[in-house]
Amino acid sequence: MKIHEYQAKRILKEFNVPSPKGYFAKSVKGSVKSAEKIGGNVWVVKAQIHAGGRGKAGGVKIAKSLSEVEKFASSMLGSTLVTLQTGAEGRKVKTILIEQGLNIEKEFYVGITLDRSVSKNVLMASTEGGVEIEKVASETPELIIKEIIEPSLGLREFQSRKVAFAMGLTGNQVKGASDFLMRLYEVYIKTDASIAEINPLVLTKEGEILALDAKINFDDNAIFRHPEIYKLRDFNEEEPLEIEASKNKLNYIKLDGNVGCMVNGAGLAMASMDIIKLSGGEPANFLDVGGGANKTTVANGFKIILSDPNVEAMLINIFGGIVRCDRVAQGIIDAINEVHINVPVVIRLEGTNAEEAKILLKNSGLNFSVASTLHDAAEKVTSIISSN
Amino acid sequence: MSILADQNTNVIVQGITGSEGSFHTAQMLEYGTKIVAGVTPNKAGTKISDIPVFNTVADSVNNFKIDASVIFVPAAFAADAILEAAYCNIKLIICITEGIPVNDMINVYDYIKGKEIHLIGPNCPGIISPGKTKIGIMPGFIHKPGNIGVVSRSGTLTYETVKQLTDLGLGQSTCVGIGGDPVIGTQFKEIIRLFNEDPETEGIIMIGEIGGTAEEDAALYIKDNVKKPVAAFIAGRTAPPGRRMGHAGAIISGGKGTAADKIDTLKKAGIAVADSPADIGITLKNLL
Repeated sequence: MKIHEYQAKRILKEFNVPSPKGYFAKSVKGSVKSAEKIGGNVWVVKAQIHAGGRGKAGGVKIAKSLSEVEKFASSMLGSTLVTLQTGAEGRKVKTILIEQGLNIEKEFYVGITLDRSVSKNVLMASTEGGVEIEKVASETPELIIKEIIEPSLGLREFQSRKVAFAMGLTGNQVKGASDFLMRLYEVYIKTDASIAEINPLVLTKEGEILALDAKINFDDNAIFRHPEIYKLRDFNEEEPLEIEASKNKLNYIKLDGNVGCMVNGAGLAMASMDIIKLSGGEPANFLDVGGGANKTTVANGFKIILSDPNVEAMLINIFGGIVRCDRVAQGIIDAINEVHINVPVVIRLEGTNAEEAKILLKNSGLNFSVASTLHDAAEKVTSIISSN
Repeated sequence: MSILADQNTNVIVQGITGSEGSFHTAQMLEYGTKIVAGVTPNKAGTKISDIPVFNTVADSVNNFKIDASVIFVPAAFAADAILEAAYCNIKLIICITEGIPVNDMINVYDYIKGKEIHLIGPNCPGIISPGKTKIGIMPGFIHKPGNIGVVSRSGTLTYETVKQLTDLGLGQSTCVGIGGDPVIGTQFKEIIRLFNEDPETEGIIMIGEIGGTAEEDAALYIKDNVKKPVAAFIAGRTAPPGRRMGHAGAIISGGKGTAADKIDTLKKAGIAVADSPADIGITLKNLL
């Protein structure tokens, strides 16, 4: 689960991780009030959306007067921000963050996440702050400092100190950065985060170490332990069809293609998307209906896939293991009778009671093509696509 | 022969009284699996499918010789269940449960690593040595005893592959679902090592997917150590970066773990990679 920057900074504050003084606002008037409350004569106005790349897209502005705060707030609030990470449709800005301006001496990157290759968490840092860390990692991997965190020990001070020195810090700055990293690890572990990333971490001319930006994502599997964090979920930032699907216990991800697919199991769902591509189509979605593919799940699956206007054809691929194919077939027939289907559908049911299922589908009098093997399904999808 | 488990493997079921646990206990017994006991706290003295239930794994170990445990405990308690089995020195622990917090699994993995324990999963279908034993949730009837070893991160895609093999007349020695989570107990490499050492396994299929580098690690191992024919498939060529494709582990992050990279590495290691998931079985058959 993702949260906004201003929410992440609030969590940082609870753990005494320093960040610039700031307030979030949902109105122009509130923005100016926030700036007045912060004081000083330079403020940063930041659009709050879940996607990164805001700076380059005009979502981060430096205001040198209250009237500039007002100007930037009114142009950002309600506007649609298109960044490299939002896709062409962009995201609507509903909240902005007003922060005090800082005298920045130097920018760094620090982050904590899982290192899958060792099944342990890792602290990463780089002197190349403020830029895309993936780019640094692929172009100049030697500039990334890594410190593996032992699960039984947690992050130790000698490690955070070592990282601070490697970042080129000296004197009191080392203690400041080391404390910052220790507390950031506390945030990461205690909230079950999947990533806690500060990019940039800044050293001010006054020698302070602060989180200028903050990105915290949480492990979806652990969110049940953190009801207070779950409350921060912003449905405005999510695809409406995906929200609808998750309400129906379906795992759906919208894509840009023209062939919808409904499959049981994540691996087979990905493989079915691959089949669609090999057949000359483009998958319109990922949809895993899970283990219990029955009438209700299938009907909900149809509704969600067909709400996407780009869908021109559909592939249903169910491997009945414990689930019996004849039951799934009956579910499909009932669902089709309930939901109006206006695109050609290829159905492939394999596994337990697959033959009974085929007979049921054939006798239903409904218009869809039934495939036996995955090969056969691919060919039938291809012929539909090429005739369209 | 088979790897990890056979007809003599004595199994306990942790979480045997739950709906999943009791249903699959009956299914496994029907397949011929030697289930000797079940464990659910506060349910000692009851029976599920005539199998005695104990309060703790320790109690079951005191009453029977246990070789393996299969876990159906809900996600919030599953890490604890794995550790309970590991503390009792059960050598094969198969965790079916989906949705265990990553930090819980990091701690579990840290505890079992270096010990003589094989943890399979979590978030996996389990393992089957056809005709001998089934410790998991896969449909038994699609399998056929034989000489092909199958290892996979997925469930239904594995069933699809097994069906293809069986239809081609190729039986299986053992099929292992290692699980779709970012932190799992046993990686491809270790299962492939076991298949390589198993005299009756004559060919190996590896079914991977986007995310992580476990397939690449296995490819390096295969290149240097495995003479048996290996075929593979990598799911998720059409998956967009940054999105979790169902499995928590199936995500392309920071441009790493794409299907194209994996396929390339596998091919360079001499592995035959099927382009289409419809051709996984035939790709291996062509190597035999």
